[in-house]
Amino acid sequence: MSAGVQQSPRPFASSRKSGNRLKNNLFTGLVWTVGICTIIFIIGLLFLILEKGMPKLSIDFLLGLPDEIMEGGGIGPALFNSFYVLIISLVISIPLGMAAGIYLSEFAPDNKFIGFLRVCVEGLASVPSIIFGLFGIVLFVEAFDIGLTIIGGAVSLAFLNLPVLTRVTEEAIRAVPQEMKHASFALGGTHLQTIRRVLIPVALNGIITGICLVAGRAFGESAVIILTAGVTTSGVMWDFNLLSPGETLAVHLWYVQSEAIVPDAVEIAEKSAAVLVFIVLLINLLFRIPLWLNARKMR
Amino acid sequence: MQAPAHTRALIEIDKLNLYYGTFHALKNVSMEIPEKAITAFIGPSGCGKSTLLRTLNRMNDMIAGTRIEGKIAIGGADIYSKEVDVETLRKKVGMVFQQPNPFPKSIYDNVAYGPRLHGISGRKQLDEIVETSLRSAALWEEVKDYLKRSALSLSGGQQQRLCIARALAVEPDVLLMDEATSALDPISTLKIEELAQELKDRYTIVMVTHNMHQAARVSNQTVFFLNGEVVEYAETEKLFSTPRDQRTEDYISGRFG
Ligand SMILES: Nc1ncnc2c1ncn2[C@@H]1O[C@H](COP(=O)(O)OP(=O)(O)OP(=O)(O)O)[C@@H](O)[C@H]1O
Ligand SMILES: [Mg+2]
Repeated sequence: MSAGVQQSPRPFASSRKSGNRLKNNLFTGLVWTVGICTIIFIIGLLFLILEKGMPKLSIDFLLGLPDEIMEGGGIGPALFNSFYVLIISLVISIPLGMAAGIYLSEFAPDNKFIGFLRVCVEGLASVPSIIFGLFGIVLFVEAFDIGLTIIGGAVSLAFLNLPVLTRVTEEAIRAVPQEMKHASFALGGTHLQTIRRVLIPVALNGIITGICLVAGRAFGESAVIILTAGVTTSGVMWDFNLLSPGETLAVHLWYVQSEAIVPDAVEIAEKSAAVLVFIVLLINLLFRIPLWLNARKMR
Repeated sequence: MQAPAHTRALIEIDKLNLYYGTFHALKNVSMEIPEKAITAFIGPSGCGKSTLLRTLNRMNDMIAGTRIEGKIAIGGADIYSKEVDVETLRKKVGMVFQQPNPFPKSIYDNVAYGPRLHGISGRKQLDEIVETSLRSAALWEEVKDYLKRSALSLSGGQQQRLCIARALAVEPDVLLMDEATSALDPISTLKIEELAQELKDRYTIVMVTHNMHQAARVSNQTVFFLNGEVVEYAETEKLFSTPRDQRTEDYISGRFG
C-alpha cells in the first residue's frame, strides 16, 4: 500500500473537458431537432395531399371514364394504364436487371472494360428520365413507327429502371458474406445452385428494396410516359391492347392541371394526387410483406 | 493414442507445389494421410496450412492466379485430373471453416442444404438425414425441438457443430477442419474435440490448428509446416516427444511462432 495512491471520491466522474460535453449535447440536440422537423414536414406533406383528395374519392371517380368538357370525369383508364404499364415494365426490367447485376457481381472478370461498364451503369442510373423518353421516341415512334403506345411507354420505363436495378442487385449480392458462398461450394454446390439458393435469398432484402424504389418511381414517372405513351387513353376501361395510347395517372395529373378545360380540373388533380401517393405507399408496403414474413421466420 | 500401424493411406500427396501468382506457397510437399484417423497440420501463421487443406477439396480453384504442380490422390484417384467433377469431389471431401458460417436459414434447412443440392427431396429421407447428421455432430439433443428456428439463433459453438452436421449430411469420406475451434470458447472447443474423436472411426479427418495442445490431444498424426515446406511429419506422440528436426523442437517448445 503505497501512500502515494490517492483515492478519488468520484472515480468515474468525467475527465473530459466540459466544452466537449457541451458540444456533444448541442450536436445531439441539433440532430434531433432537424430530424424531427424533417419527419414532421414529410408527414405533413403526405397528410395535406391525402386529406385534400381522399375524402372526395368514389368508385365512380376511380373507375369512371375521363371527360374532356363536362364536370365529373373519372380516372379509370389512366389508373388502369398506370398499373398495366408498371407491371409490364417490371416484368421486363426485373429479370434483365437482376441478370445483369448477378453477372457483374459473380461472373464479370475484374478488368478495365468491366470497370468502365460499371461506371456507365452508374451514370445511366442518374440520367434524367426525359432522356429515356427521348430515346423511347427515337426507338418506338421513329424507328418502329408505332406511335405513342402502352408498350413503348412500358419498355422505355424498363430502360429507365434497368440501371438502378442492376446496381442494386450487384451491390446486394456483393454484400453477401463470402463465407456463405464458400460453405455452399464446399458442400458440392455448383455456382448456379449457390446463386439460386444462397446468394439471391440472402440478398433479397436489398433487391426488394431496390424494386420498391424503382416501382414507386415508375408509377409516378411522367416525362417518359408523356413522350412515349402520350397524354390520352383509348377512352375505354380494361384496354389490354399494347398498342393503345397509354396515359397514366401521373401524366393525367399533369394534363388536367395544365392543359384541361374541364371546370373541376383542380378537384380532379387533388384526387388524382391523393390516389397516386396512396398507391405508391401501398406498393412499398406490399413489397415489404414477403420480407417481413421471411424475417419472422428467421428469428 | 497411437495411429494404428496398419491403417492405409487414403490421401497421397506427391511433390505438390502451389503458387499464388508468383508467390511459392507450397514447396514440394509430399505426405500420406491415413484413413479413419485424425491428422493435424501445425505451424506458424502463413506457412501454408490452410492452402494445403484447400487443395484437398479444390477450394483453391476459386482463387484466381493459383497454379498447382504435383499430384494429390484420394483413394487412389488423382483429384486434379481432367475427368474429376469438382462438385462430386467436394461432396466426398467436406470442410468446416474457421468462423462458423451457417446459412441464414433454419437449422433444418442448413443441414438439408447439401442433400438437396445433390437431388434428395423426399421429406422422410431428409428428416432422417437431418436427424442422423445432427446426432453425429452431438447437437440433436440441444436442437431437436427447434429445428425450424434460425441457425443464427444458436451460440457460436452450436453453430460450429451445426456446420459439422451440415458437412456430414452429404456423407463425405474426408472432413477438413480449418482452425474450426479457434473462434470458440474452451468448453465448445472441448466438445468439438470430443466430437472429432468420435467421428474419426467413420471419417478421415484433417485439421489445421494453432493450438499445439489440441494437436497433441486429438490427433493421431501431426504434420509440422514452415514457410510452405513440410519440416516433419510423424505419429503425434513421436513428434511431440522426440522431434527429429531442431525447428520442430523449437516450435513445439514455444520458442517461435
Ligand atoms: N488468396 C491468396 N492470394 C495470395 N497469397 C495468398 C492467398 N492465400 C494465402 N496466401 C499466402 O500464402 C501463404 C500461406 O497462407 P495460408 O493461409 O495457407 O497460411 P496458414 O498457414 O493457414 O496461416 P494461418 O495460420 O494464419 O491461417 C501466406 O504467405 C499467404 O500470404
Ligand atoms: Mg489458415
